[in-house]
Amino acid sequence: MRAGRTPSQTVGPFFEFALPWPGGPFVVAEGAPGAIRVHGRLFDGAGEPVPDGLIETWQASPAGTRGFGRSSTGRDGGFAIVTLKPTSVADAAGALHAPHLAVSVFARGLLKRAVTRVYFSDEEAANRSDPVLSAIPDDAARATLIARLEGGSYRLDIHLQGPRETVFFDV
Amino acid sequence: MSADRRQAGGVDPPYLHADYRSTALRAPLRPPLRIVYGPSELSGPSGAALLAGREQGVGADLTRQHAGEPLGERIIVHGRVLDARHRPLPDTLVEVWQANAAGRYAHVVDQHPAPLDPNFTGAGAFLTDAEGRYRFVTIKPGAYPWRNHPNAWRPAHIHFSVFGRSFSQRLITQMYFPGDPLLAYDPVFRSIPSPAARESLVSVFDPTHTAPEWALAYRFDITLGGREGRQGPEGREERT
Repeated sequence: MRAGRTPSQTVGPFFEFALPWPGGPFVVAEGAPGAIRVHGRLFDGAGEPVPDGLIETWQASPAGTRGFGRSSTGRDGGFAIVTLKPTSVADAAGALHAPHLAVSVFARGLLKRAVTRVYFSDEEAANRSDPVLSAIPDDAARATLIARLEGGSYRLDIHLQGPRETVFFDV
Repeated sequence: MSADRRQAGGVDPPYLHADYRSTALRAPLRPPLRIVYGPSELSGPSGAALLAGREQGVGADLTRQHAGEPLGERIIVHGRVLDARHRPLPDTLVEVWQANAAGRYAHVVDQHPAPLDPNFTGAGAFLTDAEGRYRFVTIKPGAYPWRNHPNAWRPAHIHFSVFGRSFSQRLITQMYFPGDPLLAYDPVFRSIPSPAARESLVSVFDPTHTAPEWALAYRFDITLGGREGRQGPEGREERT
């Protein structure tokens, strides 16, 4: 008998001793040539920080790095990943996707991961022709995926729920 | 649309599941956006690179991470990691974590008044072999109470984190034990709509992998969804 797909379950509240590791948030070393910092806070539907979340990022483009970043959230819901800015990449149909990180959000209370992307505010032209951003007609909703360049690092808060709920994908 | 999405009841839990109280303020409520997968969703990190990058919690024998042997019932857990077409996924990273035999996690926020075991951390990470197989040795975790509802207890479980070959295959789940009477009361387990999908999280007692005079064995196979970015005959993405 062939089993079907294995269902998801929550990461729970007790992963801190098992999943994060000190180098996890550093796809490249801080200060490496071209390194950028992408950071933000994770919030629930009441606007409260989520202090027991796990953010994972993946990017296909940078050669010579593991491409994967993992940051648990702190008491203030804060997370940060240090990486190289990805380049634009074409999908199988030839459409060019603007530079972005693929993002998974895990937390107690999330029975399955929430999936999104982080784009960059200083890639306006590429963002305008991106097929995912273009599929979001509402300006405010689209803005939930675009990290703003502030003081030398990129900032994007993730809202699991509420009036500023981040656009999540069906994967 | 993959076959299991059409399966009655659905495989994955919904985000909002009232019986699991923590979903109330954390469940995304807007309809998810159906996107065209790009190269980032269709590729993923190499298991070897991930394992090499970790500085801690690595290894497949959770009973030999300290000076002495942990208390509890030693068990072997093994299985295969497969993709949506039931092909084995070799060299993929599997991370596991769990409570000790008394039902206590080695985690600062776990306040359950059960003893910590100085000889048990309860975390491991390892790769599948060329046939997609994994095997690790641990202690059977205990059930523990939580505050979801009055007299709520989580059934004994081991958390699994599996990568597969692409971001779209990423899965975090929990493995349970056969015959556990707490499963019928657990809102996390029962959040899975399809009874068949729910049962697939219950490991199978496996006498063929038992080590005589030493440890019992349980089998837990994992089938990932998602897909990889291979090109089909017409240059389109293959759907799996």
